[in-house]
Amino acid sequence: MMPRFLAPRFLALLALCAGALALPATAQNGPLRLEITEGVIEPLPFAVPSFVSGSGASGQAAQDISSLIAADLSGTGLFREIPASAHISRITSFSSPVQFADWKAVNAQALVTGSVDADASGRLTVQFRVWDVFSGQEMGSGQQFVGTAAGWRRIAHKIADQVYSRITGEGAYFDSRVVFVSETGPKDNRAKRLAIMDYDGANVTYLTDSSSLVLAPRFSPTGDRILYTSYETGFPRIYVLDVASVNRRSLPAQEGTMSFAPRFAPNGETVVYSVEAGGNTDIYTMDISSGTSQRLTSAPSIETAPSYSPDGRQIVFESDRTGRNQLYIMSAGGGEARRISNGEGNYGTPVWSPRGDLIAFTKQSKSRFHIGVMRTDGSEERLLTASFLDEGPTWAPNGRVIMFTRETQGASGQAGLYSVDITGRNLRAVTTGAASDPSWSPLQ
Amino acid sequence: MARRWTSPKAEARRAVDTGQIISGAGHIGLIAWLLFGGWSAPDPLDFEVNSVTTVSLEEYAAILSGTPVPEQPAEVSPAAPQPPEEPQEAPDLTSASDAAPDAPPPDPASEAAPDTVPQPPAPPARAEVSDEPPSFEPPAEDMAALVPESALRPKQRPAERVAPEQVAPPEPDTKVDEVVREEAVPDEAAETPSEEVEATAPEAAATEIVTEAQQPAPSRSVRPKSRPNRPAPPPESERQTAEAAPRPEPEAAPDGPAETGGIEDALAAALGAASDTPAPAAPSAASDTPAGPPLTAGEKDSMRIAVQSCWNVGSLSSDALATTVTVAFEMTEDARPIDGTIRMISSSGGTAGSANQAYDAARRAIIRCGARGFALPVEKYASWRNVELVFNPENMRIK
Repeated sequence: MMPRFLAPRFLALLALCAGALALPATAQNGPLRLEITEGVIEPLPFAVPSFVSGSGASGQAAQDISSLIAADLSGTGLFREIPASAHISRITSFSSPVQFADWKAVNAQALVTGSVDADASGRLTVQFRVWDVFSGQEMGSGQQFVGTAAGWRRIAHKIADQVYSRITGEGAYFDSRVVFVSETGPKDNRAKRLAIMDYDGANVTYLTDSSSLVLAPRFSPTGDRILYTSYETGFPRIYVLDVASVNRRSLPAQEGTMSFAPRFAPNGETVVYSVEAGGNTDIYTMDISSGTSQRLTSAPSIETAPSYSPDGRQIVFESDRTGRNQLYIMSAGGGEARRISNGEGNYGTPVWSPRGDLIAFTKQSKSRFHIGVMRTDGSEERLLTASFLDEGPTWAPNGRVIMFTRETQGASGQAGLYSVDITGRNLRAVTTGAASDPSWSPLQ
Repeated sequence: MARRWTSPKAEARRAVDTGQIISGAGHIGLIAWLLFGGWSAPDPLDFEVNSVTTVSLEEYAAILSGTPVPEQPAEVSPAAPQPPEEPQEAPDLTSASDAAPDAPPPDPASEAAPDTVPQPPAPPARAEVSDEPPSFEPPAEDMAALVPESALRPKQRPAERVAPEQVAPPEPDTKVDEVVREEAVPDEAAETPSEEVEATAPEAAATEIVTEAQQPAPSRSVRPKSRPNRPAPPPESERQTAEAAPRPEPEAAPDGPAETGGIEDALAAALGAASDTPAPAAPSAASDTPAGPPLTAGEKDSMRIAVQSCWNVGSLSSDALATTVTVAFEMTEDARPIDGTIRMISSSGGTAGSANQAYDAARRAIIRCGARGFALPVEKYASWRNVELVFNPENMRIK
């Protein structure tokens, strides 16, 4: 048996042995460790050399598709195209190895290569790859799309969507459409009709004639139907229009009331809207199939412009119950509402972001109109625009871009559609013609 | 066994033939590779074929009228995230580098020497007895009264001459010196004539015995050092060799009772074994060389600023901007990142997809700004050969 006075020394021996064995490990030199907390925010340089044209009359399509992809990416403000005149390498074969050194030399950080083939019937087969130039690795894998020659724009948008997603890590919005109110004529006698277009303003198609005033079209969650308000009967009524057939029908309404500001619930079967009766405006919901409605608010004030949260559990709306228009959130079934806007001025037309984290709104303050965003609890309010009249925001499918109506001042002023990034950068005009009340479709 | 003799010409011819055979085989192989090289070509890159038919507006409308929305293109399957490697322990560089190397502990044997049992003094030499009593000088007037009289040394007797005659003077051609030096004479055979040096030698003997009492006492005594002086730095070549394989000195065994000598020996043996055991091979060669002097704050900042200038988060999603990734890589001696070693070792605050996006942006920053080499001192290569960069976009988020 070990003497008692030796026990502590024995334990010390064990500890020292363990420590001695660990000495070599702790003696190793650690890596240099630095924390990078500041970076730069600038567009990512990229290059889309003209796609390689294969068989058939694919030469023009190859040029058009690659140009549109570049335009889509550049239009986001997140990317900057390296012009073709600066390219050192020429992509002559889709399957040939990429000379990354040549693309590094022009500081292209992302590279999109592709090829276009056309068969006898004119169908296009488009292949593409996305490369991280500085690592020399492919981002994702190659992909192929097949479509008609007339649909080359949509093929290009789909490829741009893929490129955008692979680089940024978030969803894109290029293959989407926008329904809006097209306006013609003088400011005091404008004719308005519903129209639909690609997100970039191309392929405009009219859905209604200009015989009656139409307002506030809204896409369904699946993009196949549109809700809008029409004065066809003299009173504003809500209609639902099938995009494919352009057939429409009005939703049930009580005589002598005005129904307006409709918007689909995320389930696509319920509509939330406003009803004005006896000088009071409240919010209702209606099941489209059965026509049954439910009143959600009953305050002696104007409650309007409701918008569902993406999960369908809450509704944000505007109300003047405190004397000025402010934003409130209530449960989808009604009940007590909480105010989320607290700044000066009037707030209106709130729209919940597809991501669910932000609410876009129109704000009027000091004779200026703004498009802004805030958290769902009203915090971090950020005004993105300022002009004579900005209103009616709508979210892109990825929740990164907002489109809205901007109207210029004066008798000759007209409304137009603009888009802006939620950072407030990259403000762009979408259409050249007069237009208002945009509503962005989901990604197709 | 006898070897058959061959003429040199035949051997040369055979060598030429062999060379031609090898050359011919090589050319044939090269031609064959060029003709049939496709068989051994690397596998083609992955290609995901998702045929998505694009239709015109009219066709699109017809589809929407009776069928659900056309299918979305196949989801991009993000590259499988690299499994985060176990984060290495990051020892404090400053403290590790600044730690002065342990000085070799004092040799217990050398320290113990003064404590050895004093040997009995040698018997004094038999002195001649003198009939004259020693005479004591009276103390000086200003001498402290407390000084014991016994402390006074007796007056020394005059030293005796030990040499009845004067020592013969040294050879006339030998110069008296403290150093013995052989006489150097010109060597006629030597290619380089050596300088003539006059022979020197210490004085062979004194005319008197100089006793200890006559030697001047030292003005002060020097305390023995607690540990030996640090050894003088060896030459550069020796130092590099020594740094390549540092070997700590074994620690001295502590004093202790005699019955615990076994444990002391075991402790010493264990420590000695541990110090003698070579360090295990590190995952990188950084352990082959010492860390050297640590990087200064300015040197670290220069690299940080360089990376920051290339870290473009403008195209990152909001999810990626909420993700912090730690990227490790190795660098060459000219401070260029080795692309193949760049890897994400950890991430926090986001999904696997957002971590991949954040990592891609971080990797681009490292490669872009490292292409020309970071401004780092090469003499501290071991300090920055392995790098871990934490990309924290906290300040870059959309707020």
